[in-house]
Amino acid sequence: MNLSNITLGQYFPGDSAVHRLDPRYKIVLTLLYIVTLFLAGGVFSYLVCAAILLVVIFLSRISLRMVAKSVAPIGVLILITAVLNIFYTPGENILWQWWVLKITTEGILSAIRMIARIIMLVAGSSILTYTTSPIQLTDAIESLLSPLRVIRVPVHEISMMMSIALRFIPTLIEEADKIMSAQKARGADFESGNVFRRVKAMIPLLVPLFISAFRRADELALAMECRCYNGGKGRTRLHKLKAAPKDHVIFFTVLLLFAAISVAGRFGY
Amino acid sequence: MDTILRCEHAAFHYPDTDGAVLHDLSLSIERGSFTAVLGHNGSGKSTLAKLFNAILLPDSGKVYVDGMDTSDEAHLFDIRRRIGMVFQNPDNQIVSSVVEEDVAFAAENLGVPPDEIRRRVDDALATVGMTEFVRHAPHLLSGGQKQRIAIAGVIAMEPDCIVLDEPTAMLDPAGRRDVMQTLHRLRNELGITVVLITHHMDEALQADRVVVISDGRIVLDGAPGDVFTHCDTLASYSLSAPETVLLLSALQDAGLDVPLTAMTPEACADAIAAALSE
Repeated sequence: MNLSNITLGQYFPGDSAVHRLDPRYKIVLTLLYIVTLFLAGGVFSYLVCAAILLVVIFLSRISLRMVAKSVAPIGVLILITAVLNIFYTPGENILWQWWVLKITTEGILSAIRMIARIIMLVAGSSILTYTTSPIQLTDAIESLLSPLRVIRVPVHEISMMMSIALRFIPTLIEEADKIMSAQKARGADFESGNVFRRVKAMIPLLVPLFISAFRRADELALAMECRCYNGGKGRTRLHKLKAAPKDHVIFFTVLLLFAAISVAGRFGY
Repeated sequence: MDTILRCEHAAFHYPDTDGAVLHDLSLSIERGSFTAVLGHNGSGKSTLAKLFNAILLPDSGKVYVDGMDTSDEAHLFDIRRRIGMVFQNPDNQIVSSVVEEDVAFAAENLGVPPDEIRRRVDDALATVGMTEFVRHAPHLLSGGQKQRIAIAGVIAMEPDCIVLDEPTAMLDPAGRRDVMQTLHRLRNELGITVVLITHHMDEALQADRVVVISDGRIVLDGAPGDVFTHCDTLASYSLSAPETVLLLSALQDAGLDVPLTAMTPEACADAIAAALSE
Protein backbone atom coordinates (compact mmCIF):
# COMPACT_ATOMS: atom_id res chain seq x y z
CA MET A 1 0.00 0.00 0.00
CA ASN A 2 1.42 3.33 -0.95
CA LEU A 3 -0.15 6.25 0.84
CA SER A 4 1.50 8.93 -1.27
CA ASN A 5 -0.90 8.52 -4.17
CA ILE A 6 -3.95 9.37 -2.09
CA THR A 7 -5.21 12.70 -3.33
CA LEU A 8 -7.70 14.75 -1.42
CA GLY A 9 -9.30 18.02 -2.41
CA GLN A 10 -7.58 17.81 -5.79
CA TYR A 11 -7.09 21.19 -7.32
CA PHE A 12 -5.72 21.85 -10.78
CA PRO A 13 -4.28 25.34 -10.90
CA GLY A 14 -5.32 27.29 -13.95
CA ASP A 15 -6.53 30.62 -15.19
CA SER A 16 -9.75 29.74 -17.02
CA ALA A 17 -13.03 31.62 -16.75
CA VAL A 18 -14.27 28.92 -14.36
CA HIS A 19 -11.16 29.26 -12.17
CA ARG A 20 -11.58 33.01 -12.00
CA LEU A 21 -15.26 33.05 -10.99
CA ASP A 22 -15.78 34.16 -7.39
CA PRO A 23 -15.60 30.95 -5.28
CA ARG A 24 -18.72 31.91 -3.32
CA TYR A 25 -20.75 32.02 -6.53
CA LYS A 26 -19.15 28.76 -7.60
CA ILE A 27 -20.28 27.03 -4.41
CA VAL A 28 -23.81 28.44 -4.61
CA LEU A 29 -24.13 27.59 -8.31
CA THR A 30 -22.90 24.04 -7.71
CA LEU A 31 -25.51 23.57 -5.00
CA LEU A 32 -28.21 25.03 -7.25
CA TYR A 33 -27.09 22.78 -10.10
CA ILE A 34 -27.64 19.76 -7.85
CA VAL A 35 -31.11 21.02 -6.92
CA THR A 36 -31.87 21.62 -10.61
CA LEU A 37 -30.82 18.05 -11.43
CA PHE A 38 -33.43 16.76 -9.00
CA LEU A 39 -36.14 19.04 -10.37
CA ALA A 40 -35.40 18.09 -13.97
CA GLY A 41 -38.15 15.89 -15.40
CA GLY A 42 -38.11 15.07 -19.09
CA VAL A 43 -35.48 14.37 -21.69
CA PHE A 44 -35.24 18.02 -22.65
CA SER A 45 -34.28 19.32 -19.17
CA TYR A 46 -31.74 16.50 -18.72
CA LEU A 47 -30.11 17.33 -22.03
CA VAL A 48 -29.85 21.01 -21.09
CA CYS A 49 -28.27 20.04 -17.74
CA ALA A 50 -25.76 17.83 -19.56
CA ALA A 51 -25.05 20.59 -22.08
CA ILE A 52 -24.37 23.09 -19.27
CA LEU A 53 -21.98 20.63 -17.65
CA LEU A 54 -20.11 20.06 -20.92
CA VAL A 55 -19.81 23.79 -21.57
CA VAL A 56 -18.42 24.37 -18.06
CA ILE A 57 -15.95 21.49 -18.42
CA PHE A 58 -14.86 22.92 -21.77
CA LEU A 59 -14.44 26.42 -20.31
CA SER A 60 -12.47 25.12 -17.32
CA ARG A 61 -9.97 23.36 -19.63
CA ILE A 62 -10.08 20.33 -17.33
CA SER A 63 -9.79 17.20 -19.47
CA LEU A 64 -12.89 15.00 -19.76
CA ARG A 65 -10.74 12.12 -18.58
CA MET A 66 -10.11 13.84 -15.23
CA VAL A 67 -13.84 14.39 -14.79
CA ALA A 68 -14.51 10.75 -15.67
CA LYS A 69 -11.95 9.76 -13.04
CA SER A 70 -13.94 11.57 -10.38
CA VAL A 71 -17.04 9.56 -11.29
CA ALA A 72 -15.25 6.17 -11.42
CA PRO A 73 -15.02 5.55 -7.63
CA ILE A 74 -18.80 5.60 -7.31
CA GLY A 75 -19.30 3.06 -10.11
CA VAL A 76 -20.59 0.46 -7.66
CA LEU A 77 -23.08 2.92 -6.22
CA ILE A 78 -24.34 3.73 -9.71
CA LEU A 79 -24.72 0.03 -10.49
CA ILE A 80 -26.70 -0.69 -7.31
CA THR A 81 -28.93 2.32 -7.93
CA ALA A 82 -29.56 1.17 -11.48
CA VAL A 83 -30.46 -2.39 -10.45
CA LEU A 84 -32.79 -1.23 -7.68
CA ASN A 85 -34.52 1.19 -10.02
CA ILE A 86 -34.96 -1.39 -12.76
CA PHE A 87 -36.55 -3.98 -10.50
CA TYR A 88 -38.43 -1.90 -7.99
CA THR A 89 -40.12 0.75 -10.09
CA PRO A 90 -43.81 -0.13 -10.36
CA GLY A 91 -45.04 -0.04 -13.93
CA GLU A 92 -47.60 -1.41 -16.40
CA ASN A 93 -45.46 -2.15 -19.40
CA ILE A 94 -43.83 -5.45 -18.44
CA LEU A 95 -40.95 -6.47 -20.69
CA TRP A 96 -39.61 -9.48 -18.81
CA GLN A 97 -40.73 -11.36 -15.70
CA TRP A 98 -39.32 -14.16 -13.57
CA TRP A 99 -40.59 -15.07 -10.10
CA VAL A 100 -40.88 -11.77 -8.15
CA LEU A 101 -38.52 -9.94 -10.49
CA LYS A 102 -39.88 -7.98 -13.38
CA ILE A 103 -38.50 -5.37 -15.71
CA THR A 104 -40.76 -2.61 -16.92
CA THR A 105 -40.23 0.23 -19.37
CA GLU A 106 -40.82 2.66 -16.52
CA GLY A 107 -38.09 0.92 -14.50
CA ILE A 108 -35.54 1.22 -17.28
CA LEU A 109 -36.39 4.87 -17.85
CA SER A 110 -36.14 5.66 -14.16
CA ALA A 111 -32.80 3.83 -13.92
CA ILE A 112 -31.38 5.85 -16.82
CA ARG A 113 -32.64 9.06 -15.25
CA MET A 114 -31.07 8.18 -11.90
CA ILE A 115 -27.70 7.23 -13.45
CA ALA A 116 -27.60 10.47 -15.44
CA ARG A 117 -28.45 12.42 -12.31
CA ILE A 118 -25.71 10.86 -10.19
CA ILE A 119 -23.03 11.16 -12.87
CA MET A 120 -23.85 14.83 -13.51
CA LEU A 121 -24.03 15.53 -9.78
CA VAL A 122 -20.58 14.07 -9.08
CA ALA A 123 -19.01 15.53 -12.22
CA GLY A 124 -20.50 18.96 -11.42
CA SER A 125 -19.18 19.01 -7.88
CA SER A 126 -15.78 17.72 -8.98
CA ILE A 127 -15.51 20.74 -11.29
CA LEU A 128 -15.90 22.90 -8.18
CA THR A 129 -12.98 21.26 -6.34
CA TYR A 130 -10.88 20.94 -9.51
CA THR A 131 -11.04 24.66 -10.22
CA THR A 132 -11.06 26.14 -6.69
CA SER A 133 -8.03 26.05 -4.39
CA PRO A 134 -8.65 24.77 -0.84
CA ILE A 135 -7.84 28.23 0.50
CA GLN A 136 -10.44 29.83 -1.78
CA LEU A 137 -12.96 27.18 -0.76
CA THR A 138 -12.50 27.76 2.97
CA ASP A 139 -12.51 31.54 2.48
CA ALA A 140 -15.72 31.25 0.48
CA ILE A 141 -17.34 29.04 3.11
CA GLU A 142 -16.31 31.51 5.81
CA SER A 143 -17.82 34.33 3.81
CA LEU A 144 -21.04 32.44 2.99
CA LEU A 145 -21.53 31.38 6.61
CA SER A 146 -20.68 34.79 8.04
CA PRO A 147 -24.37 35.73 8.67
CA LEU A 148 -24.41 32.87 11.22
CA ARG A 149 -22.07 34.94 13.38
CA VAL A 150 -25.17 36.71 14.61
CA ILE A 151 -26.25 33.52 16.36
CA ARG A 152 -22.70 33.08 17.72
CA VAL A 153 -21.49 30.39 15.35
CA PRO A 154 -17.65 30.66 15.41
CA VAL A 155 -17.42 31.00 11.64
CA HIS A 156 -13.83 32.24 11.49
CA GLU A 157 -12.62 29.47 13.79
CA ILE A 158 -14.39 26.80 11.72
CA SER A 159 -12.79 28.02 8.52
CA MET A 160 -9.36 28.29 10.21
CA MET A 161 -9.70 24.69 11.41
CA MET A 162 -10.67 23.56 7.92
CA SER A 163 -7.71 25.25 6.27
CA ILE A 164 -5.25 23.93 8.88
CA ALA A 165 -6.68 20.43 8.43
CA LEU A 166 -6.16 20.72 4.66
CA ARG A 167 -2.65 22.05 5.23
CA PHE A 168 -1.70 19.06 7.42
CA ILE A 169 -3.21 16.26 5.31
CA PRO A 170 -0.07 15.82 3.16
CA THR A 171 2.20 16.16 6.21
CA LEU A 172 0.32 13.47 8.12
CA ILE A 173 0.14 11.16 5.09
CA GLU A 174 3.90 11.48 4.72
CA GLU A 175 4.34 10.69 8.39
CA ALA A 176 1.98 7.68 8.26
CA ASP A 177 4.02 6.39 5.33
CA LYS A 178 7.22 6.77 7.34
CA ILE A 179 5.80 5.02 10.42
CA MET A 180 4.50 2.19 8.23
CA SER A 181 7.91 1.69 6.67
CA ALA A 182 9.48 1.70 10.13
CA GLN A 183 6.97 -0.91 11.38
CA LYS A 184 7.41 -3.03 8.25
CA ALA A 185 11.17 -2.98 8.78
CA ARG A 186 10.48 -4.47 12.21
CA GLY A 187 8.35 -7.20 10.69
CA ALA A 188 4.86 -5.70 10.96
CA ASP A 189 2.38 -7.11 8.45
CA PHE A 190 -0.28 -4.71 7.15
CA GLU A 191 -1.39 -6.69 4.12
CA SER A 192 -2.33 -10.25 5.01
CA GLY A 193 -5.05 -11.81 7.13
CA ASN A 194 -8.75 -11.04 7.29
CA VAL A 195 -10.28 -7.63 7.85
CA PHE A 196 -10.04 -7.83 11.65
CA ARG A 197 -6.38 -8.77 11.59
CA ARG A 198 -5.61 -5.95 9.22
CA VAL A 199 -7.50 -3.41 11.32
CA LYS A 200 -5.62 -4.67 14.37
CA ALA A 201 -2.33 -4.29 12.51
CA MET A 202 -3.17 -0.59 12.03
CA ILE A 203 -3.10 0.12 15.78
CA PRO A 204 0.71 0.43 15.99
CA LEU A 205 0.43 2.87 13.09
CA LEU A 206 -2.39 4.98 14.50
CA VAL A 207 -1.06 5.39 18.05
CA PRO A 208 2.21 7.12 17.12
CA LEU A 209 0.39 9.10 14.42
CA PHE A 210 -2.11 10.44 16.96
CA ILE A 211 0.57 11.29 19.50
CA SER A 212 2.55 13.14 16.89
CA ALA A 213 -0.55 14.97 15.62
CA PHE A 214 -1.18 16.30 19.12
CA ARG A 215 2.43 17.39 19.47
CA ARG A 216 2.23 19.12 16.11
CA ALA A 217 -0.99 20.87 17.13
CA ASP A 218 0.69 22.12 20.27
CA GLU A 219 3.71 23.49 18.40
CA LEU A 220 1.55 25.02 15.67
CA ALA A 221 -0.60 26.81 18.25
CA LEU A 222 2.56 28.23 19.81
CA ALA A 223 3.90 29.36 16.42
CA MET A 224 0.54 30.99 15.60
CA GLU A 225 0.54 32.82 18.91
CA CYS A 226 4.07 34.04 18.22
CA ARG A 227 2.79 35.44 14.94
CA CYS A 228 0.20 37.48 16.81
CA TYR A 229 -2.82 35.29 16.02
CA ASN A 230 -5.77 36.39 18.11
CA GLY A 231 -8.83 34.94 16.39
CA GLY A 232 -10.68 36.62 13.57
CA LYS A 233 -11.03 40.02 15.19
CA GLY A 234 -9.31 42.86 13.35
CA ARG A 235 -7.81 40.47 10.85
CA THR A 236 -7.18 41.58 7.26
CA ARG A 237 -6.61 39.29 4.30
CA LEU A 238 -3.98 39.23 1.57
CA HIS A 239 -6.57 38.04 -0.94
CA LYS A 240 -9.91 39.44 -0.04
CA LEU A 241 -12.80 37.83 -1.89
CA LYS A 242 -14.28 40.48 -4.11
CA ALA A 243 -16.92 39.67 -6.72
CA ALA A 244 -16.42 41.61 -9.96
CA PRO A 245 -19.44 42.94 -11.92
CA LYS A 246 -18.80 40.13 -14.42
CA ASP A 247 -19.23 37.56 -11.58
CA HIS A 248 -22.66 39.01 -10.73
CA VAL A 249 -23.74 38.87 -14.39
CA ILE A 250 -22.59 35.26 -14.77
CA PHE A 251 -24.26 34.27 -11.52
CA PHE A 252 -27.66 35.74 -12.34
CA THR A 253 -27.62 34.46 -15.92
CA VAL A 254 -26.90 30.91 -14.79
CA LEU A 255 -29.42 31.29 -11.96
CA LEU A 256 -32.16 32.20 -14.48
CA LEU A 257 -31.14 29.27 -16.67
CA PHE A 258 -31.43 26.87 -13.72
CA ALA A 259 -34.81 28.32 -12.78
CA ALA A 260 -36.03 27.85 -16.34
CA ILE A 261 -34.83 24.23 -16.42
CA SER A 262 -36.52 23.50 -13.09
CA VAL A 263 -39.83 24.95 -14.29
CA ALA A 264 -39.58 23.04 -17.59
CA GLY A 265 -38.71 19.90 -15.64
CA ARG A 266 -41.80 20.26 -13.44
CA PHE A 267 -43.94 20.38 -16.58
CA GLY A 268 -42.38 17.16 -17.78
CA TYR A 269 -40.12 18.48 -20.53
CA MET B 1 24.62 50.61 24.39
CA ASP B 2 21.13 50.41 22.90
CA THR B 3 19.62 47.23 24.32
CA ILE B 4 16.60 45.57 22.75
CA LEU B 5 16.26 42.58 25.07
CA ARG B 6 17.08 42.62 28.75
CA CYS B 7 16.73 39.88 31.34
CA GLU B 8 17.14 40.98 34.92
CA HIS B 9 17.68 38.20 37.46
CA ALA B 10 15.13 36.03 35.66
CA ALA B 11 14.34 32.67 37.24
CA PHE B 12 11.97 30.07 35.88
CA HIS B 13 10.71 26.59 36.64
CA TYR B 14 8.02 24.60 34.84
CA PRO B 15 4.90 23.90 36.89
CA ASP B 16 4.76 20.42 38.50
CA THR B 17 8.49 19.87 38.15
CA ASP B 18 11.29 20.07 40.68
CA GLY B 19 14.24 22.27 40.10
CA ALA B 20 14.50 25.57 38.30
CA VAL B 21 15.36 25.70 34.59
CA LEU B 22 16.79 29.21 34.81
CA HIS B 23 18.54 30.65 37.88
CA ASP B 24 18.88 34.37 38.41
CA LEU B 25 19.82 34.96 34.78
CA SER B 26 20.78 38.44 33.62
CA LEU B 27 21.50 39.19 29.99
CA SER B 28 21.31 42.18 27.66
CA ILE B 29 21.17 41.93 23.89
CA GLU B 30 22.36 44.92 21.92
CA ARG B 31 20.25 46.23 19.05
CA GLY B 32 21.57 45.14 15.66
CA SER B 33 23.82 42.42 17.07
CA PHE B 34 24.11 38.75 16.16
CA THR B 35 24.20 36.68 19.33
CA ALA B 36 24.48 32.91 19.57
CA VAL B 37 23.17 31.20 22.69
CA LEU B 38 24.94 27.90 23.12
CA GLY B 39 24.16 25.06 25.48
CA HIS B 40 23.69 21.31 25.60
CA ASN B 41 20.23 19.71 25.77
CA GLY B 42 18.32 20.70 28.89
CA SER B 43 20.53 23.68 29.61
CA GLY B 44 17.54 26.03 29.56
CA LYS B 45 18.32 27.75 26.28
CA SER B 46 14.90 27.11 24.70
CA THR B 47 13.17 28.28 27.87
CA LEU B 48 15.20 31.48 27.68
CA ALA B 49 13.97 31.99 24.09
CA LYS B 50 10.37 31.68 25.26
CA LEU B 51 10.92 34.35 27.91
CA PHE B 52 11.96 36.79 25.20
CA ASN B 53 8.50 37.13 23.64
CA ALA B 54 6.27 36.54 26.62
CA ILE B 55 5.30 32.94 25.82
CA LEU B 56 6.62 32.25 29.30
CA LEU B 57 6.94 34.76 32.14
CA PRO B 58 9.76 34.55 34.69
CA ASP B 59 8.88 33.38 38.23
CA SER B 60 10.98 36.18 39.59
CA GLY B 61 13.01 38.90 37.97
CA LYS B 62 11.99 40.77 34.83
CA VAL B 63 12.34 40.55 31.08
CA TYR B 64 12.19 43.77 29.08
CA VAL B 65 11.66 44.11 25.35
CA ASP B 66 12.56 47.57 24.12
CA GLY B 67 11.86 48.80 27.65
CA MET B 68 8.44 47.06 27.85
CA ASP B 69 7.91 44.61 30.69
CA THR B 70 6.84 41.22 29.23
CA SER B 71 4.54 40.58 32.19
CA ASP B 72 2.40 43.57 31.17
CA GLU B 73 -0.54 42.14 29.15
CA ALA B 74 -1.14 45.48 27.47
CA HIS B 75 2.13 45.17 25.58
CA LEU B 76 1.72 41.52 24.58
CA PHE B 77 1.07 42.04 20.86
CA ASP B 78 3.56 44.86 20.57
CA ILE B 79 6.22 42.57 22.09
CA ARG B 80 5.35 39.63 19.85
CA ARG B 81 5.41 41.86 16.79
CA ARG B 82 8.86 43.18 17.65
CA ILE B 83 10.40 39.84 18.63
CA GLY B 84 9.79 37.26 15.89
CA MET B 85 10.21 33.59 16.79
CA VAL B 86 11.30 30.70 14.57
CA PHE B 87 11.16 27.15 15.91
CA GLN B 88 12.97 23.92 15.23
CA ASN B 89 10.44 21.95 13.20
CA PRO B 90 9.56 23.87 10.02
CA ASP B 91 6.49 21.68 9.35
CA ASN B 92 4.83 22.64 12.60
CA GLN B 93 4.97 26.38 12.12
CA ILE B 94 3.59 26.68 8.61
CA VAL B 95 -0.11 27.50 8.78
CA SER B 96 -1.27 27.64 5.20
CA SER B 97 -1.12 25.39 2.16
CA VAL B 98 0.16 28.18 -0.11
CA VAL B 99 3.54 29.85 0.51
CA GLU B 100 2.37 33.44 0.06
CA GLU B 101 -0.65 32.93 2.33
CA ASP B 102 1.61 31.57 5.04
CA VAL B 103 4.04 34.47 4.81
CA ALA B 104 1.04 36.83 4.96
CA PHE B 105 -0.39 35.17 8.10
CA ALA B 106 1.29 37.36 10.73
CA ALA B 107 0.68 40.57 8.78
CA GLU B 108 -3.00 39.58 8.39
CA ASN B 109 -3.27 39.03 12.14
CA LEU B 110 -1.88 42.51 12.73
CA GLY B 111 -4.60 44.03 10.54
CA VAL B 112 -2.21 45.39 7.90
CA PRO B 113 -4.08 46.66 4.77
CA PRO B 114 -4.04 44.19 1.79
CA ASP B 115 -1.78 46.32 -0.47
CA GLU B 116 0.76 46.65 2.30
CA ILE B 117 0.57 42.89 3.03
CA ARG B 118 1.30 42.22 -0.66
CA ARG B 119 4.40 44.44 -0.51
CA ARG B 120 5.62 42.86 2.73
CA VAL B 121 5.12 39.32 1.44
CA ASP B 122 7.04 40.07 -1.76
CA ASP B 123 9.85 41.81 0.15
CA ALA B 124 10.10 39.04 2.74
CA LEU B 125 10.23 36.30 0.09
CA ALA B 126 12.91 38.25 -1.81
CA THR B 127 14.97 38.61 1.39
CA VAL B 128 14.97 34.86 2.05
CA GLY B 129 15.50 34.12 -1.66
CA MET B 130 12.22 32.25 -2.18
CA THR B 131 10.42 34.59 -4.60
CA GLU B 132 9.95 31.92 -7.26
CA PHE B 133 8.01 29.71 -4.79
CA VAL B 134 5.32 32.28 -4.06
CA ARG B 135 2.41 30.02 -5.10
CA HIS B 136 3.95 26.67 -4.13
CA ALA B 137 2.59 24.22 -1.61
CA PRO B 138 4.92 24.25 1.43
CA HIS B 139 4.85 20.47 1.91
CA LEU B 140 6.63 20.01 -1.42
CA LEU B 141 9.62 22.15 -0.36
CA SER B 142 12.82 20.92 1.30
CA GLY B 143 13.45 21.44 5.02
CA GLY B 144 15.78 24.39 4.43
CA GLN B 145 13.27 26.02 2.09
CA LYS B 146 10.44 25.52 4.60
CA GLN B 147 12.54 27.08 7.33
CA ARG B 148 13.23 30.09 5.08
CA ILE B 149 9.47 30.41 4.49
CA ALA B 150 8.98 30.38 8.26
CA ILE B 151 11.61 33.14 8.56
CA ALA B 152 9.86 35.13 5.80
CA GLY B 153 6.58 34.81 7.71
CA VAL B 154 8.27 36.38 10.71
CA ILE B 155 9.96 39.20 8.77
CA ALA B 156 6.57 40.14 7.30
CA MET B 157 5.72 41.41 10.81
CA GLU B 158 8.68 43.80 10.39
CA PRO B 159 10.21 42.81 13.74
CA ASP B 160 13.20 44.50 15.38
CA CYS B 161 14.61 41.21 16.51
CA ILE B 162 14.30 37.58 15.51
CA VAL B 163 14.88 34.74 17.97
CA LEU B 164 15.53 31.33 16.44
CA ASP B 165 15.31 28.19 18.55
CA GLU B 166 17.61 25.63 16.90
CA PRO B 167 16.31 26.43 13.41
CA THR B 168 18.81 24.16 11.68
CA ALA B 169 18.55 21.10 13.94
CA MET B 170 16.37 19.19 11.46
CA LEU B 171 18.06 20.36 8.25
CA ASP B 172 20.65 18.88 5.92
CA PRO B 173 23.99 20.73 5.45
CA ALA B 174 22.78 22.62 2.37
CA GLY B 175 19.62 23.74 4.18
CA ARG B 176 21.67 24.83 7.20
CA ARG B 177 23.98 26.90 5.02
CA ASP B 178 21.04 28.64 3.30
CA VAL B 179 19.38 29.45 6.62
CA MET B 180 22.62 30.84 8.08
CA GLN B 181 23.17 33.01 4.98
CA THR B 182 19.63 34.29 5.31
CA LEU B 183 20.25 35.23 8.95
CA HIS B 184 23.37 37.21 8.02
CA ARG B 185 21.38 39.01 5.33
CA LEU B 186 18.65 39.93 7.84
CA ARG B 187 21.22 41.43 10.17
CA ASN B 188 23.38 43.15 7.57
CA GLU B 189 20.72 44.43 5.16
CA LEU B 190 17.66 44.98 7.36
CA GLY B 191 19.45 45.66 10.64
CA ILE B 192 17.39 43.04 12.45
CA THR B 193 18.87 41.82 15.74
CA VAL B 194 19.46 38.06 15.58
CA VAL B 195 19.46 35.74 18.58
CA LEU B 196 20.36 32.25 17.45
CA ILE B 197 19.89 29.40 19.87
CA THR B 198 21.96 26.46 18.75
CA HIS B 199 24.23 23.63 19.70
CA HIS B 200 26.28 23.78 16.50
CA MET B 201 29.70 25.29 17.18
CA ASP B 202 30.28 26.31 13.57
CA GLU B 203 27.07 28.37 13.62
CA ALA B 204 27.97 30.02 16.91
CA LEU B 205 31.32 30.87 15.39
CA GLN B 206 29.59 33.16 12.87
CA ALA B 207 28.03 35.34 15.59
CA ASP B 208 29.50 38.52 17.10
CA ARG B 209 28.85 37.26 20.58
CA VAL B 210 28.49 33.83 22.13
CA VAL B 211 26.63 33.22 25.37
CA VAL B 212 27.11 29.75 26.84
CA ILE B 213 24.38 28.51 29.14
CA SER B 214 24.57 25.50 31.42
CA ASP B 215 21.99 24.48 34.00
CA GLY B 216 20.14 27.76 33.61
CA ARG B 217 23.16 29.96 34.26
CA ILE B 218 25.40 31.94 31.94
CA VAL B 219 28.84 30.37 32.21
CA LEU B 220 30.72 32.07 29.39
CA ASP B 221 29.94 35.25 27.49
CA GLY B 222 32.05 37.04 24.93
CA ALA B 223 33.26 37.17 21.35
CA PRO B 224 33.65 33.71 19.73
CA GLY B 225 37.42 34.25 19.74
CA ASP B 226 37.40 34.51 23.55
CA VAL B 227 34.77 31.91 24.38
CA PHE B 228 36.10 29.09 22.24
CA THR B 229 39.64 29.28 23.56
CA HIS B 230 38.31 27.91 26.87
CA CYS B 231 38.39 24.32 25.63
CA ASP B 232 38.41 22.74 29.08
CA THR B 233 35.67 24.94 30.46
CA LEU B 234 33.47 24.15 27.44
CA ALA B 235 34.15 20.44 27.84
CA SER B 236 33.03 20.59 31.47
CA TYR B 237 29.62 21.87 30.20
CA SER B 238 29.36 18.97 27.70
CA LEU B 239 30.22 21.24 24.80
CA SER B 240 33.25 20.87 22.61
CA ALA B 241 35.18 23.74 21.08
CA PRO B 242 35.32 23.90 17.28
CA GLU B 243 37.62 21.27 15.79
CA THR B 244 40.09 23.95 14.65
CA VAL B 245 40.53 25.15 18.23
CA LEU B 246 40.89 21.58 19.51
CA LEU B 247 43.63 20.96 16.95
CA LEU B 248 45.48 24.17 17.78
CA SER B 249 45.19 23.48 21.48
CA ALA B 250 46.63 19.97 21.02
CA LEU B 251 49.50 21.44 18.98
CA GLN B 252 50.11 24.00 21.73
CA ASP B 253 50.30 21.26 24.32
CA ALA B 254 52.79 19.45 22.09
CA GLY B 255 54.99 22.53 22.17
CA LEU B 256 54.13 24.30 18.93
CA ASP B 257 53.62 28.06 19.25
CA VAL B 258 50.20 28.63 17.61
CA PRO B 259 47.45 31.08 18.61
CA LEU B 260 44.09 29.58 19.67
CA THR B 261 42.13 32.38 18.00
CA ALA B 262 42.28 31.01 14.44
CA MET B 263 38.72 29.70 14.19
CA THR B 264 38.01 29.12 10.51
CA PRO B 265 39.73 26.17 8.78
CA GLU B 266 41.59 28.61 6.50
CA ALA B 267 42.89 30.78 9.36
CA CYS B 268 43.81 27.62 11.25
CA ALA B 269 45.82 26.25 8.31
CA ASP B 270 47.61 29.58 7.90
CA ALA B 271 48.47 29.72 11.60
CA ILE B 272 49.93 26.21 11.59
CA ALA B 273 51.89 26.91 8.38
CA ALA B 274 53.29 30.11 9.90
CA ALA B 275 54.28 28.33 13.13
CA LEU B 276 55.96 25.48 11.24
CA SER B 277 57.95 27.75 8.93
CA GLU B 278 59.56 29.51 11.88
